[in-house]
Amino acid sequence: MDFNLLAFIWAAIIAFAVLAYVVLDGFDLGVGILFPFMKGEKERDLMMNSVAPIWDGNETWLVLGGGGLLAVFPLAYATILPALYAPIIAMLLGLIFRGVAFEFRWRTRRGKFLWDWAFAGGSMIAAFAQGVALGALVQGIRVEDRAYAGGWWDWLTWFSILTGVALIVGYGLLGATWLVMKTEGPVHDRARRLAKPAGIATLVLIGLVSLITPFLEQQYLARWFDFPTVIFSLVVPLLVLGCAYVLFNGLIRGGDHAPFFAAQAIFILCYAGIGISFYPYMVPTSVTIWDAAAPDSSLAFMLVGACILMPIILAYTGFAYWVFRGKVHADGGYH
Amino acid sequence: MFQGMSAIDLARGQFAFTVMFHIVFPAFTIGIASYLAVLEGLWLWTRDEVYMRIFDYWKTIFAVVFGMGVVSGIVMSYQFGTNWSVFSDKAGPVIGPLMGYEVLSAFFLEAGFLGIMLFGLNKVGPKLHFTATVMVAIGTLFSAFWILSANSWMQTPTGYSINEAGQFVPEDWWAVIFNPSFPYRLVHMTLAAYLTTAFVVGAVSAWHLLSDRENRAARTMFSMAMWMALIVAPVQIFAGDQHGLNTLEHQPRKIAAMEGHWETEAGAPLILFGIPDDDAEVTRYKLEIPYGSALILTHSLDGTLKGLKEWAKQDRPPMEIVFWSFRIMVGLGFLMLGIGLWSGWRRLRGHLFDDQWLLRAAIVMGPSGFVAVLAGWVTTEVGRQPYTVYELLRTADSAAPLAAPAVAASLIAFIVVYCAVFGAGIFYILRLMHRRPGHETPVEELGPTHAAGIPPAIDSNRARGE
Repeated sequence: MDFNLLAFIWAAIIAFAVLAYVVLDGFDLGVGILFPFMKGEKERDLMMNSVAPIWDGNETWLVLGGGGLLAVFPLAYATILPALYAPIIAMLLGLIFRGVAFEFRWRTRRGKFLWDWAFAGGSMIAAFAQGVALGALVQGIRVEDRAYAGGWWDWLTWFSILTGVALIVGYGLLGATWLVMKTEGPVHDRARRLAKPAGIATLVLIGLVSLITPFLEQQYLARWFDFPTVIFSLVVPLLVLGCAYVLFNGLIRGGDHAPFFAAQAIFILCYAGIGISFYPYMVPTSVTIWDAAAPDSSLAFMLVGACILMPIILAYTGFAYWVFRGKVHADGGYH
Repeated sequence: MFQGMSAIDLARGQFAFTVMFHIVFPAFTIGIASYLAVLEGLWLWTRDEVYMRIFDYWKTIFAVVFGMGVVSGIVMSYQFGTNWSVFSDKAGPVIGPLMGYEVLSAFFLEAGFLGIMLFGLNKVGPKLHFTATVMVAIGTLFSAFWILSANSWMQTPTGYSINEAGQFVPEDWWAVIFNPSFPYRLVHMTLAAYLTTAFVVGAVSAWHLLSDRENRAARTMFSMAMWMALIVAPVQIFAGDQHGLNTLEHQPRKIAAMEGHWETEAGAPLILFGIPDDDAEVTRYKLEIPYGSALILTHSLDGTLKGLKEWAKQDRPPMEIVFWSFRIMVGLGFLMLGIGLWSGWRRLRGHLFDDQWLLRAAIVMGPSGFVAVLAGWVTTEVGRQPYTVYELLRTADSAAPLAAPAVAASLIAFIVVYCAVFGAGIFYILRLMHRRPGHETPVEELGPTHAAGIPPAIDSNRARGE
């Protein structure tokens, strides 16, 4: 099928929704991942309260990513999800545990530790599963006759495990820098100390994944080293290094906001790299954006709603963040 | 566990299990969200503190239920792809945008304002806080609108064509959204959510009234709940009847299964009870009202109703399930009406809160809404089998190319996790309901309650500050 502007716009919107999910839910999953590294109950209360009013909105971007894919790229939805069956189910179960922990943790004294574990374990499983899913997608999915044609363990490789670990560490970095920005006292200090090794590990893992990726698919290799995209391949690592400088400079010199935004920028750069490598595939390397696109009547109908509603969503999401701006305080002044 | 079952049966079991767990939560949150908006509105209007106390009481319960609804709902939005990928590919262009609109217009609205509603009263002030509460309530209703539109389209598909890839292509979105069964299903489900909540509120307040007749918050709650029962139950029975007539027009075989009719006949009797047998194609031990079914469904004594034998065996829904689920739903509906009338009579005599047996009956009826909602959904979903998109796409042709062990493993995981997690959640909700409403001192055994994370000190600050 040929280039279709509607489908292209939709690919961009879905890509934006997934990026918004990573940027927003990444740090609150990260807060869960860091739970075991914070010992005191008060400290954990503070960590959880720093994300409690906003986590639900953050996670809704995941529903938009999934629901949107079904609406506008049903063939991609119908082939990616069966291919990634086990990681997707694991992610959903992880999200259940951590999602209910936000409420359940306050409903019991005896059982509180259980929901601490549910929050930490659920966050880690969800992060790992998302990383594995990404890795498996990068490796490519076999599609024949509009259906997934691989086995149900195909997703499990050393590469997907590596990307799974990378995402746990990366989300941990986002969570740590979020806590540096949003908290004071012992949580802040501990988060600052944790952010440094997390930052180094994230950079090392990004490097490893980047070294392996171009050799997985002919297309990635070509994209990375052919003109004009080679410019991007040269610029992105430099930008990542620049962000890394801002990140560590902030962590060492004491800036509270810079590390968080620098860490987010690293995520966005990596995401852009993946996007450029994938294009024009929706399911590498078997289904393109144009193959997967729903009929124009579906794309147009949804686009009207997206154009009207997404700016409104962004506005009131921004408003909610603004209402809960500033440092979270242990004495509950936050509420 | 599950040896010998095919992947498709396991996938069906998984969908039934996860969706039945899920629907309980939205059925409750749609009702409580509207109830909270009414309570806060009454508080702003009258400045009577009792409404704020009731609001705080249910707000905490709402937060727990809502959390469970969100996480079990995310599972649903991915399960279409993992287990029903052929359906997703074919019906996605129609169903997907409806669900997409649900996310855009409902989920984000709820999630965006939930934080402010739960945590923000002393940050944004009462007016803006009320706006947030109303937004959450509207979000739950939008959500019901879109998801019921999607479900109704699968029951009564209109406004589509089919392309060469076998996909449903939307031709007329107005016809797709407002498909023939949608208005009936929307009204029926929204009323069901309100009734469900009314009976939960009624049971909780009755429970506290039994031991503390003078508790003002409990009296207010009970009175409001009984008004709802009295007014909404008859409206719901009427709406259900209209929905049934609509089903007769579009899905007559579902009606035949609900009614227990095998043979096409004029002046069909209303079978109150009986034992349907799908293999023998008979309904045994029938207790009938002559001409009843014909009268209800065709509004004439000699109207003709089709029996299930009109359709080939492989095209029939299982009467053995639908017959019973329908009777459970209807029976509970009439019991609800009975409670409403009883309370109306007591209220008229001026002792609504003094009838011990009414209070006890209200407690017993507490979960009735949930049971009725589940029974109703079983009726409509099992009754449209063997199709996912009615008469166009068979359930057997909708599933993903999955291996049985993969589906069995995930089904076991879902059962274990749901029972553990939501079991704990229901336990916590019951414990929250055990708190006496309107009392500032929180649950003894819990220590300080963190009303959705709010330390008690702040609650009292707020009471002083406003």
